Amino acid sequence: MPEIVLTAARFGFLVLLWIFVFTVVGVIRRDLFAGSRTGRLVAAPRGVAGAAQAGDARPAKVKKGRAAHTLVVTAGSLAGTKITLGEAPITIGRAEDSTLVITDDYASARHARLVPRDGQWMVEDLGSTNGTYLDRSKVGGPTPVPLGVPIRIGRTSLELRP
Amino acid sequence: MTTPHTAPPAAAAAVPETPVAAKPSLSFRLDPAARKVRRTELWLLLLGMAMVAGYLAAVEANMLDTVTMDFWYPAGVLTAVFLGLHVVIRLRAPFADPVLIPVVALLNGFGVAFLRRLDLGRADADARPDLAIFAGDGGKQLLWTLIAVTGAAALLWVVRDHREISKFAWTLGFGGIILVLLPAVLPGSVSEVNGAKLWIRFGSFFAIQPGEFAKLMLLAFFAYYLVRKREVLALASRRVLGIDFPRGRDLGPVIVVWAMSLLVLVFEKDLGTSLLYFGMFVVTLYVATERVSWLIIGLILFFGGAVLAYVLAGIVGGPFTNFGQRVDIWLDPFAEPYDRGYQLVQSLLGLGTGGLFGTGPGAGSPLEVPEVRNDFIFAGMGEEIGLFGLTALLALYLLVVSRGLRAALAVRDSFGKLLAGGLAFTLGLQVFVIIGGISKLIPLTGQTTPFLSAGGSSLVANWLLVALLLRISDAARTPASTGGVRR
Repeated sequence: MPEIVLTAARFGFLVLLWIFVFTVVGVIRRDLFAGSRTGRLVAAPRGVAGAAQAGDARPAKVKKGRAAHTLVVTAGSLAGTKITLGEAPITIGRAEDSTLVITDDYASARHARLVPRDGQWMVEDLGSTNGTYLDRSKVGGPTPVPLGVPIRIGRTSLELRP
Repeated sequence: MTTPHTAPPAAAAAVPETPVAAKPSLSFRLDPAARKVRRTELWLLLLGMAMVAGYLAAVEANMLDTVTMDFWYPAGVLTAVFLGLHVVIRLRAPFADPVLIPVVALLNGFGVAFLRRLDLGRADADARPDLAIFAGDGGKQLLWTLIAVTGAAALLWVVRDHREISKFAWTLGFGGIILVLLPAVLPGSVSEVNGAKLWIRFGSFFAIQPGEFAKLMLLAFFAYYLVRKREVLALASRRVLGIDFPRGRDLGPVIVVWAMSLLVLVFEKDLGTSLLYFGMFVVTLYVATERVSWLIIGLILFFGGAVLAYVLAGIVGGPFTNFGQRVDIWLDPFAEPYDRGYQLVQSLLGLGTGGLFGTGPGAGSPLEVPEVRNDFIFAGMGEEIGLFGLTALLALYLLVVSRGLRAALAVRDSFGKLLAGGLAFTLGLQVFVIIGGISKLIPLTGQTTPFLSAGGSSLVANWLLVALLLRISDAARTPASTGGVRR
């Protein structure tokens, strides 16, 4: 074998190895930002919370392209968990078959439910012992959830993100 | 689950909006998002396998002075095996992380190829072109890869939801402890290899290391136990010097695991395994409770135990002698370069010869390093692929660990979080323990390098570990709308 081929093989293999590493890093990078389009990393304005506090008189407007796509746990033992939202309702509670199983002493087995209605997600308390809170107001019947407003269940906080 | 997968796909295609597609049945019709993920996995896998083939060809070019067509066979068998696993993933875990399989497959394939290169080095120059595909260490490793990947596929096939595992937690924990302690009580003729009593030997050919499997079983138990106890462990505490320390009675299980790992250290003469078990437990505890005090307690207990064992080795000897010797070699390997320090000295010389870029595949002399097919495989590779190559391999391990932690972060139940976090950390710790050992960062211990070293038990156990990570990452990444909850 001519020397040049061996040298090419020697360095070529190292180059390929690193190309593989960087390809994988690229895949991971795309994966991390998957489902987030431009500007997604900016949290929704907190001011929207006012609408929820004022009550149901004025249902929060859903602008085009501002629909919720993920549910993020921001506090509690599951902090960091992300759920990609689809069409199906999300159940939250200690029961094993909930979509989001929270191990929290202040949560009930079937605590609350998030249901989509015409692109707007509604939160509904399922008769929990300690209640569900949207920002600071207690949730009774189905209440629209604006983006970025925390839903509090026991020690756990959830937010809808675009 | 009753829909047979032989149902004609044309029928489903004709009525795309029917709820048929929503049924999570055994079918090749994947969700578009899942299909994209799996396609990425397939391409990465093929890229990795092409590299293994390229490496094998380069080895032949260097060692035989020609490239025979034989180099295709090991690469082809590996590709077929991993493609099989890919198909199982498509059927049973369509949303699983796309990076895990290709990266692990590349490490595994590279290990097989390097072992084959060692076989070529051992054979006579004119016998080399005739080396059969399943001959030697490389061939054996190839067979073990077949078994290991089949095991991983079976695990993915049988366990549909990682939460099922928690039902068997006590059984697994009990079985794990038995497996850990079994080699210690068996006679040395059955369990001792190279001074470490870690094995169960069946005849002269076949031996398993039960500790490798015990690792996974104990982790499942730790995760289950800590999910149940996390509130008590996290909340009941006393504050000392600004750090919350747990109550004395809650320390019980920690002390038990600590004592167990010390027993391993003393009676099985294996520092690495004992460090692995203890580190595993402490980190799961830390993840469960979010208390830094556990890490501090863990580090103090481990280093205290290790120093005590070293001091005892000097005073009473007996079961501590082996450990004392290892520390002495680590402190100064060049004190007896042809005697006790021989292994480590040769390993360091190998790494030094490799330099930045290595001598090229097949152009070095890794057989100078003793035990190069097991413990010192990383040093042997280092001579031929150099620091640049080794760093790439370490980066691959790092990526696997980071994807495991990512799955832990994203999964929706506490048991899955603890299990995935613990599995990923264990893999990382094992890589650290062995590579730290061969590069003289820490005292050398007889651990296998995951996926690279020759050794069936380690390969099978680590593939099972990857299967669990895949299962958990699938649960984490399945969107809520496609039946994210499966029992």
